Amino acid sequence: MNWQAAAPEIFLACSGLVILLLGVSLRQDRSKLCTWLTLGAFGVAGWLVVGTSPATAYEGLYVADGFAGFAKLLILAGGALSMILALDYNAQQRIARFEFPVLVLFSTVGMMTMASAANLMTLYIGLELQSLAIYVLAAFARDDIRSSEAGLKYFVLSALASGLLLYGISLAYGFAGTMQIGQLATAMTDPANLPAGVAVAVAFVIAGLAFKLSAVPFHMWTPDVYQGAPTPVTAFMSTAPKVAPFVVLLRVMLVGFGHVGAQWQPIIEIVSIASMILGSLAAIAQSNIKRLMAYSSIGHMGYALIGLAVGTEAGVRGVLIYLLTYIVMSAGTFACIIAMQRRGQQVDRIADLGGLARNDLPLAAVMAIFMFSMAGLPPMAGFFGKVYVFLAAVQAGFWTLAIIGVLTSVVGCFYYLRVIKVMFFDGAEAAFDRRTASVSAVAFAAGAFTLFFFAMPAPFVGAAARAARVLLG
Amino acid sequence: MTSGVLAVGLGKFLFVSAVLLVLGVFGIFLNRKNIIVILMSIELILLAVNINLVAFSGALGDLAGQVLAMFVLTVAAAEAAIGLAIVVVYFRNRGSIEVEDVTMMKG
Repeated sequence: MNWQAAAPEIFLACSGLVILLLGVSLRQDRSKLCTWLTLGAFGVAGWLVVGTSPATAYEGLYVADGFAGFAKLLILAGGALSMILALDYNAQQRIARFEFPVLVLFSTVGMMTMASAANLMTLYIGLELQSLAIYVLAAFARDDIRSSEAGLKYFVLSALASGLLLYGISLAYGFAGTMQIGQLATAMTDPANLPAGVAVAVAFVIAGLAFKLSAVPFHMWTPDVYQGAPTPVTAFMSTAPKVAPFVVLLRVMLVGFGHVGAQWQPIIEIVSIASMILGSLAAIAQSNIKRLMAYSSIGHMGYALIGLAVGTEAGVRGVLIYLLTYIVMSAGTFACIIAMQRRGQQVDRIADLGGLARNDLPLAAVMAIFMFSMAGLPPMAGFFGKVYVFLAAVQAGFWTLAIIGVLTSVVGCFYYLRVIKVMFFDGAEAAFDRRTASVSAVAFAAGAFTLFFFAMPAPFVGAAARAARVLLG
Repeated sequence: MTSGVLAVGLGKFLFVSAVLLVLGVFGIFLNRKNIIVILMSIELILLAVNINLVAFSGALGDLAGQVLAMFVLTVAAAEAAIGLAIVVVYFRNRGSIEVEDVTMMKG
């Protein structure tokens, strides 16, 4: 029993229980205290992740390698950023409850478990821990009909996706005779003589995970849930819960089903192309900024999936860099969206941003940075994410994917630049409420990272490359 | 245990499970009435998976499938509890749990 490999998750789960007890036993609502304690626990967990030496634990059910470590740090960062965003927002919207940080924490534990899963069983448990917490978070503003409707929709469709994934897992188990991801390949020694059940299993697993990633054709929940959920929850959903299913998909497809790549590569290609096209076209018609971000995240997942379709080490490195830049700029964008409040009410039409440059130039400037970065314009961070993914596709000869990617990026520019045009050149709307410190901190920190990523990409690219080598080595 | 599965034939178990899965999926997408029916359909899908897991476990002579089946039962209970809680919250706000009424946000 090598439990040290799971030390970050064990520590986080225990601190979650302690914070939950503390929140229940304190008389008045201490949601801020609980949030700060959770952030502290995240910090310690991050330190433990960095300190963990590569190992497998629990009879091979659990693996803590460099790849999982990289993903876990991204997940912790995404969770921490969205919790900071929720600090003042929840109080303003009168939904401040200590359960919020606890739910984010348990969801994060689930995602870290997913990143470390070396067995399909571990994967499923982690996935459910993540999803169950997010169902509640989406319906967190329980007196708001939009939020409860978002929670309901997310619950129904996500439970269906979990069921499909689980059906795929059961078929893979039956036909391969094992649930160990690393042994799936050796159990089915002859790819030419593949039982049809395995092909079905792969399709089900892809469907279940593509749903969590909001990739086309499993994207239909995304705009509604993004719009209805409280904005910090939307910020959370667009950061960490995108990373975890992605790294699971990478591990299961490249390590577990790597030997039947011909079976799933076309599926991933089609999903990727469809996501890129739908993400860029459907966003044009949106007038709500949160729905716009939903279609934007569908498109971004399409770009990142190129790296998986390529399947090489360079492809995996591209995906990891893409996810890193995406969660930072996404958290920053949602910080700006949270700042869109008039008289304590959240407004979310794109037109509400009119004249922002005159009312609040720093916020408009940082939002413009995020929009340029999302569009993939150099020298922003988003440009590098796209470059590394497209580079991997070109190197491996996937010209179709690279060309469609570039074309849809150009289409995508249209709606990102429209937001900038509204902020800088359109008629003045009334000024927003004063920004809270937490929102400004996240927005400007993420903005600085996005803007200056080009100056020091080496450590991040190097870490991603090492993680990719661990996965495929 | 093993002889039981083999006596009936693995294929029959897989067939029943596939039928239950299809019923569950259709229950979610064709159902135009009540959200509770959707919750039941989700349970049906999870039970289909459990039949698969237990049958494979018996046929392979490997316990892992039954262990996962226990986990699935536990998760299904938690999922049903959370699902019903969300339905209750939704009902308080909307006053209805007809599937056709879940249309606040569209586009």
